Amino acid sequence: MRSIMKSSVAFVSFLFTTSTIASDQQPFQFEAMAAPSHTLPALPYAYDALEPHISAQIMELHHSKHHQTYVTNLNAAMKTQAEAVHTSDIPTQVSLQAAIKFNAGGHINHSLFWQNLAPASSPEAKPSSAPSLVSQIKSTWGDEAAFREAFKAALLGIQGSGWGWLVKVETGAEQRLAIVTTKDQDPVVGKGEVPIFGVDMWEHAYYLQYLNGKAAYVENIWNVINWKTAEERFLGTRADVFKLLKTSI
Amino acid sequence: MNSTMLRTSAARSALRAAAPKSSTRAGLAGTTFVRGKATLPDLSYDYGALEPAISGKIMELHHKNHHNTYVTSYNNFSTQLEEAKAKSDIAAQIALQPLINFHGGGHINHTLFWENLAPTNQGGGDPPTGKLAQAINESYGSLDSFKEKFNTALAGIQGSGWAWLVQDTQTGNVQIRTYANQDPVVGQFRPILGVDAWEHAYYLQYQNRKAEYFKAIWDVINWKAAEKRLK
Ligand SMILES: [Fe+2]
Ligand SMILES: [Fe+2]
Ligand SMILES: [Fe+2]
Repeated sequence: MRSIMKSSVAFVSFLFTTSTIASDQQPFQFEAMAAPSHTLPALPYAYDALEPHISAQIMELHHSKHHQTYVTNLNAAMKTQAEAVHTSDIPTQVSLQAAIKFNAGGHINHSLFWQNLAPASSPEAKPSSAPSLVSQIKSTWGDEAAFREAFKAALLGIQGSGWGWLVKVETGAEQRLAIVTTKDQDPVVGKGEVPIFGVDMWEHAYYLQYLNGKAAYVENIWNVINWKTAEERFLGTRADVFKLLKTSI
Repeated sequence: MNSTMLRTSAARSALRAAAPKSSTRAGLAGTTFVRGKATLPDLSYDYGALEPAISGKIMELHHKNHHNTYVTSYNNFSTQLEEAKAKSDIAAQIALQPLINFHGGGHINHTLFWENLAPTNQGGGDPPTGKLAQAINESYGSLDSFKEKFNTALAGIQGSGWAWLVQDTQTGNVQIRTYANQDPVVGQFRPILGVDAWEHAYYLQYQNRKAEYFKAIWDVINWKAAEKRLK
């Protein structure tokens, strides 16, 4: 029982709490749990800044409606969770796990996604902004084109809603790059996994512009990948990525 | 999973719906290919006939593009499966199972979906009668309370998927079940009535306001078709 409570507290605190970190060593504080309310981060560019590759209408709905809904539902679930923890209502705590994972995942994924996109005309959108990352991409996949092909195939292979990510996987002193797909809003938060950039493959991410032509969306997204952010995440740690996330929350 | 799926009544009716074209195409598939190819079934109403509940543009893309892609991909992977079987390549057969499930499921689900929709001037929205009405009343109290529970189930789908009214083949009872992605209603349950909750089913018209789509679709539900599926 305690293990369930502790792990959910630790999960949320690690990602979102800026003031109080509840660890296994510290006593649980209800106030710290109840207080944080997550908010929609502002986009680092205008809604129309990614045109013509992603339309302003898509960006506005995606950010102000879809992402906002994940934030709203996450806050609601966390509030209920805090009450259930406070009253030691374990069945309710357990029953909330799926909603927390889904909505927290939606919030994490979209927050990282907005940051790993940039207007096509900006220097950030050039792979030359990521020399170390591109070098490892080349040594892993042979060349950039082969990597893009592999990433595209992974994205188009998703059955249903989900995400494709380039991930740095750290195993001890070793690290490697991997293309990872996740279903629905499952976030990349595994131990040693550092998400470098992600592409939203839910239909809401492209449908108003590309309809059923998702291959064209996947082609065009390369024009607006923020390689500068990608390089920073690649050179940094998992904690750095989520620290970036925290500043926007 | 493939063979199980094809034995279900849902799969048979999906294949029946495609019957007129399958005989002419079967010859192209080669001598080792026993079954006819799946084909895109025609709709029994115009693309615009479900307006205003579902726009003509959505219906056209959904049928001609999305459903057709499932048909084409299912046939493609089905052919690969036949080849893997012919070579006794078990690993390849297993690797193809999720693709058969997804694309075959997509074909079955959409075929059933088109059938359980109808324009209002062809009975769309007219409440169920007979055994099905009775089963719904017994399980849910009233049609309105059933619709409310069904819409809650639809809204609760995390990602892409379907909600179905199904009949338990063991008990005969009806219940609401949700299925992820294109997982078809097979095995213990018989599909009675399905609603597509993928974003492509409503996004051009309703965008993020999916609750409005779930509310509106009851105006074009073909309960007569649903009644015929109940055993
Ligand atoms: Fe326990
Ligand atoms: Fe999204
Ligand atoms: Fe669909």
